[in-house]
Amino acid sequence: MSEYLLILISTILVNNFVLVQFLGLCPFMGVSNKLESAMGMSLATTFVLTLSSMCAYLTYHYILAPLGLEYLRTIAFIMVIAVVVQFTEMVVKKTSPLLYQVLGIFLPLITTNCAVLGVALLTLNRNSSFMEATLYGFGAAVGFSLVLVLFAAMRERLAVADVPRPFQGPAIAMVTASLMSLAFLGFSGLVQI
Amino acid sequence: MSLMHASSPHAHGPTATSRVMAWVLAATLPGIAVLCWHYGWGVLFNLAFACMAGVTLEALLLTLRDRPVSFFLKDNSALVTCVLLAVSLPPLAPWWLVLTGVIAAIVVAKQLYGGLGQNPFNPAMVAYALLLISFPVEMSRWSAPDGFVLGFSDSLAQFFGLISTPDALTGATPLDTFRNKGELSTAEFWANPTLLPAANLLAWQQIAIAWGLGGLVLLAKRLITWHIPVAVLGSLAVMSGIFYVIDGSQHASPVFHLLCGAAIFGAFFIATDPVTAATSNKGKLYYGVGIGVLIYLIRTFGAYPDAIAFAVLLMNFSVPFIDYYTQPRSYGHKKARRGIKLEDKA
Repeated sequence: MSEYLLILISTILVNNFVLVQFLGLCPFMGVSNKLESAMGMSLATTFVLTLSSMCAYLTYHYILAPLGLEYLRTIAFIMVIAVVVQFTEMVVKKTSPLLYQVLGIFLPLITTNCAVLGVALLTLNRNSSFMEATLYGFGAAVGFSLVLVLFAAMRERLAVADVPRPFQGPAIAMVTASLMSLAFLGFSGLVQI
Repeated sequence: MSLMHASSPHAHGPTATSRVMAWVLAATLPGIAVLCWHYGWGVLFNLAFACMAGVTLEALLLTLRDRPVSFFLKDNSALVTCVLLAVSLPPLAPWWLVLTGVIAAIVVAKQLYGGLGQNPFNPAMVAYALLLISFPVEMSRWSAPDGFVLGFSDSLAQFFGLISTPDALTGATPLDTFRNKGELSTAEFWANPTLLPAANLLAWQQIAIAWGLGGLVLLAKRLITWHIPVAVLGSLAVMSGIFYVIDGSQHASPVFHLLCGAAIFGAFFIATDPVTAATSNKGKLYYGVGIGVLIYLIRTFGAYPDAIAFAVLLMNFSVPFIDYYTQPRSYGHKKARRGIKLEDKA
């Protein structure tokens, strides 16, 4: 049980995918202009990332490994992720139009989020069980959501700050992200996994 | 219908920024005095050099940004940042360490964001965290306060790197010593006075109490409200109390956590920075509790023995979000709906 808690703490804080491992930076910079859209993106990513890390695990251990096709894993995972995203989009659109409004435009973007592929590949290297792989994906998504939402709230404030002209826009956002990354180094050593 | 003119006297608010900052500077004096008493001239060199470099850099950056230099320099905010940074640095720090810190604080954390009032992160703590990560050896050069304190000329030579610091002179801080106690239980740790000399412990406690006195001045002058210091120290005490009760043989007591590190200094002087702290009273409580809990977690389970800088930065980073959710309802209006708005797009 404590093993699972450690995985969550590790993926959310200590090895945060965005600020410590620098994966998934494109949506982190791209969808953080407004708090509402950042929240939508976070929800969609959490859902897809958890699901896709489960599917990737199953694909690898029940299809690729028995057939001896491990070298195809990157391509296979990209396919799996794309399928999961499309599937989620269709299901959400049919069953809950309201949720589709919130998540809809973000779902296709997730296919290109390298954190999703990163999680699928990293769980393989860790030799984790199915439950661990699921939690790893979920924790990575929660960590991503946490920093994305906090960063979006901060960028709304930066938009009205008197930033020197050469640093306006993405430049100051990058500086802010680096300072946030500095703060997240404080968590290093919290858990060893 | 004639409009009545309200006649004088109108209330006059004398709390200009420069006055507030001057009072903060005054409130640091007891802490600085006790620091100097225990650690010698090094503290003063850090202070003088940091203030000089800070004000110069601030003036340079204001010139580059085409802002009125003397107007912004008079608000004393650069001085406060530099003083808070300088007192956090170890007394045996070399000059380039101070200069690097001041550049990080004034140039990156403050002026790049548009100067006072717009910086999202506490400049002094940005600099401290940066230095701690980049130069861990230099940042641990606290001299042992029970022993020999360098004279004026030796301190000066040491500051400018003309003589190297004798290793025997440096000593670990109490929090550091406790962290590295290894397999010893708390009782065994305290029973062995060679691990943590009583003079070292006493010095840190006196410094903490001196900072507390300065903090009370700030409270009495109403420059800060009680919310943040109480929330920070209270949550730190509660967290350490819980762990102490559960397993007293491995965890330090709340008193140790409150008095033997920078907790009091951080709670009164760092966390209460009006620019980077949460705005509403409820927000301040959340912000303070966050800092206190993070300090305890990082101190106890993390890699850094004193975690004020990281805890404050992490909560600075959450402040816009806290403010978003704790904005008080304005009179005559419904409570605003926050978060994802479904009906907007429908």
